[in-house]
Amino acid sequence: MSALDSAFLSRLHAAAPGGVIDDPAERLTYESDALVHLRATPGAVVLPASAAEVQAVVRLCHERGVPFIARGHGTGLSGGALPHPDGVLIGLARLNRILDVDVPNLRVTVEPGVTNLDITRRVAPFGCYYAPDPSSQSVCSIGGNIAENSGGAHCLKYGFTVHHVLSVEAVLPDGTLTTIGSSALDAPGLDLLGVLVGSEGTLAVVTKAALRILRRPEAVLTLLAGFPSIDAAGDAVSAIIGHGIIPAAVEMMDRLTIDAAEASVQPNFPKTSAVLIVELDGPQSEVDDLFVTVERVCRQAGAETVEIARDQGQRERIWKGRKAAFAAMGRVSPNYYVQDGVVPRTRLSEVLRRIRDLEARSGLRIGNVFHAGDGNLHPLICYDEAIPGQAQHAEAVASEILQYCIDAGGAITGEHGVGADKKSYMSKMFADADLDTMQLVRCAFDPANLCNPGKVFPTPRLCGEVPGPYRQHPVERAGLGERF
Amino acid sequence: MDANEQTPFATLAPLEPLMDKCVHCGFCLPTCPSYLLLGKEMDSPRGRIYTMRAGMEGRVDMSAPVVAHFDTCLGCMACETACPSGVKYAPLIEETRAAIEAHHPRPLGARLFRQLLFAVLPYHRRLRVLGAPLGLARALRALLPARLQRLIDLAPRATLSDLRITTAELTPARGEQRLKVGLLTGCVQRAFFGSVNEATVRVLAAEGCTVHAPRAQGCCGALALHAGEPDTARRFARALITVFEREGIDAIAVNAAGCGSSMKEYGHLLRDDPAFAERATRFASKVKDVTEILTTLPARVARKPMPLRIAYHDACHLGHAQGVRRQPRELLQSIPGVTLLPVAESDICCGSAGIFNLVQPEMSDALGARKAAYLAETGPDMVVTSNPGCILQIQAAAARAGTPLVVRHIVEVLDEATRGM
Ligand SMILES: Cc1cc2nc3c(=O)[nH]c(=O)nc-3n(C[C@H](O)[C@H](O)[C@H](O)COP(=O)(O)OP(=O)(O)OC[C@H]3O[C@@H](n4cnc5c(N)ncnc54)[C@H](O)[C@@H]3O)c2cc1C
Ligand code: SF4
Ligand code: SF4
Repeated sequence: MSALDSAFLSRLHAAAPGGVIDDPAERLTYESDALVHLRATPGAVVLPASAAEVQAVVRLCHERGVPFIARGHGTGLSGGALPHPDGVLIGLARLNRILDVDVPNLRVTVEPGVTNLDITRRVAPFGCYYAPDPSSQSVCSIGGNIAENSGGAHCLKYGFTVHHVLSVEAVLPDGTLTTIGSSALDAPGLDLLGVLVGSEGTLAVVTKAALRILRRPEAVLTLLAGFPSIDAAGDAVSAIIGHGIIPAAVEMMDRLTIDAAEASVQPNFPKTSAVLIVELDGPQSEVDDLFVTVERVCRQAGAETVEIARDQGQRERIWKGRKAAFAAMGRVSPNYYVQDGVVPRTRLSEVLRRIRDLEARSGLRIGNVFHAGDGNLHPLICYDEAIPGQAQHAEAVASEILQYCIDAGGAITGEHGVGADKKSYMSKMFADADLDTMQLVRCAFDPANLCNPGKVFPTPRLCGEVPGPYRQHPVERAGLGERF
Repeated sequence: MDANEQTPFATLAPLEPLMDKCVHCGFCLPTCPSYLLLGKEMDSPRGRIYTMRAGMEGRVDMSAPVVAHFDTCLGCMACETACPSGVKYAPLIEETRAAIEAHHPRPLGARLFRQLLFAVLPYHRRLRVLGAPLGLARALRALLPARLQRLIDLAPRATLSDLRITTAELTPARGEQRLKVGLLTGCVQRAFFGSVNEATVRVLAAEGCTVHAPRAQGCCGALALHAGEPDTARRFARALITVFEREGIDAIAVNAAGCGSSMKEYGHLLRDDPAFAERATRFASKVKDVTEILTTLPARVARKPMPLRIAYHDACHLGHAQGVRRQPRELLQSIPGVTLLPVAESDICCGSAGIFNLVQPEMSDALGARKAAYLAETGPDMVVTSNPGCILQIQAAAARAGTPLVVRHIVEVLDEATRGM
């Protein structure tokens, strides 16, 4: 039974008429996002049909001290939308309207439940598109993208979600409906929008967003190269970027992930140990020119096959293969865990070598698919839940990989967020002083700690709690900086 | 006692490996018509699979709300197409529906209505008997209960000549025989779309197929199977296999997508029947949609030009369930003068879905309206599809929206293009 009392529930029904799901069997289906090993049945689920209803729900939660958690389409990979058993899960799936398309100003205004790809579909007839393209773009919501600052293959050249959000309308944890950011490309004052994007639903519930759209480049050229080894493919990436070329995308897949993609959507990739997908875009003459260099560099690095997508159909086939890669792992392994880490590009091959050693040592297969241009790794650790202890073993392996990323000067997440899954790693990356500072920001928005509590931060220090005696920051200790 | 023994979902246990394939990624959500309309996780493929597992594990009962979310599934199989992980949803939903019909008492009205449907729909003779007085029923429509009104509204306005058509049992190939083909004449198809069967026979014969259409054949069992009545479906399947085995044919041509997709799965349906398992698999391997057969036979007959802008609608049971999308398009494009128009949301169901339009009228109408609008938006001269249910549904929805559309079965168009050549 729900821990929320009947008085609360009847007020919830009044706040979002027809949108409350309180049947225990129905609530069960909201237990987890795409990270299935973390689950909790929400106390209640509510699917508001307007921003005003979201506001009414948040106000009620604020008044009654009930935790609330926003959820888009539940594709998150870090348990960001993991429900609270005594809280309200606010599902934004019904807020799925594209409110305005302003082509002359290259801007769209959407509700948070609109999927990423729907925006591109809607503006495509005008020769435009929405640039950030997570592999889950056909499903994931803009609200989720903003919360996670999601990225995708084309973020190497075009930037992450944060670079494409102009303003958001959001309900703050006390129930205030406010607009953050402006329709201009840069707004005066503190960059609160930059704080909100990537805050994983811990600062506010987004109810509307104004986003930049871009004009389709004149030419797009996609090249698929097969390499004898991951190292050779990695060399090619370094050489391409070393030539001063910023491709629209550079993606790498290894044999295991290629096999999974083949079993799923038959992209017809070469039978080599690794493939590289390189996409160039821009004016036709520039693309033609750069392509010559890219092809030469790939061949010099040892490419065994180089294939060029001749038409839209072929391009789509290649990208379908890449984008299906995670979920297609279900074809080759009973269970898998998607890790997400990032390292400076120049340290890629070193980290990959350590992962390969770990694979041999652990006895678990590890597939690698990644945004090579950004140094954003996605090792896929295969395991079988039915074998006792293997799930824990996989988790330990995944965690060791994060340590490699930290060792190489990288970070514990490139784009999937910290959520509930990685909060304990935050203290490996940040000193207590850093975490305390982040908490100060968080407390400014959510002093009662009701907005997606228990996520991102390792030990939820209560707001107003004294952070303890002054401790020297590691940067100070190392003599690299001083307190002023 | 073990939880598994008590739960009414226990029969799902052997299918657990199929559920394990679901990695909860959500890629199936945007193509699921019920999620599109209702926006609830329980009405999505991911949510339904989650509930099946919870049911099997004894975490949820077969309560009315749980059953309601399985009832909203159209069985369109768009989720199978969308799933990168290769989840086989069809056997899961079939088994779940069977469990529901076995354990869940439905209200009397709903039960009688379903019984009426199953007593009439699969039997072409009963349908035909019903067809003649349908005109009278239309006149008295206002006096009938809402559910029956709907049945009458959706029923095709068959002409008397349609009702009288009986397909010849044997039609020789024109010219040298290339294939010996059996034709499933169907139940609804045979009663109301006799002209589609006639067209199928003519096109196949023109392309060098000898066509056997045994009069003794009955329903393929698809309607029963999709509604959770597997025993009835198995009875129909055995009879059909036996009838066609007598003819010694190379392929069985089907012009109704829902029938074809079920017949291709006979091997699975009869897997536990020692007398039939092997025969069913052999039979299933010969089942082909008529467009599959025609594309494997290089055209012998020239096609006369038809200057038409055509919006092709993929029937879910052809596109999603059988993966047949290329063949009908190729055939249409083989007609000089035909322009195929791209249709938005072409992977979403029109809402017909077997008996769905009769048991879930609101959702079905909403999907029909959506489909009709996207089709009308292309400004077509004609909408072409390959399933009788879709034809009725799209015609009715377009008429309701005030944008009537001409909807034809693909073999009728091919027949027209090859006639007199
Ligand atoms: C197969 C697969 C591939 C993926 N590929 C990528 C990829 O290439 N790049 C990438 O970056 N991610 C990827 N992801 C992760 C995921 O799709 C993204 O994180 C996405 O942005 C989540 O969107 P969602 O709508 O599913 O959000 P949810 O999973 O529902 O929620 C995610 C977080 O956002 C918060 N949230 C949701 N809506 C709102 C709102 N309106 N206001 C405030 N907070 C909100 C939630 O509280 C939660 O913390 C992938 C996931 C899968 C399953
Ligand atoms: S797409 Fe497949 S694996 Fe993903 S949630 Fe749907 S059924 Fe499960
Ligand atoms: S069969 Fe169709 S309606 Fe049913 S879950 Fe799959 S996509 Fe949804």
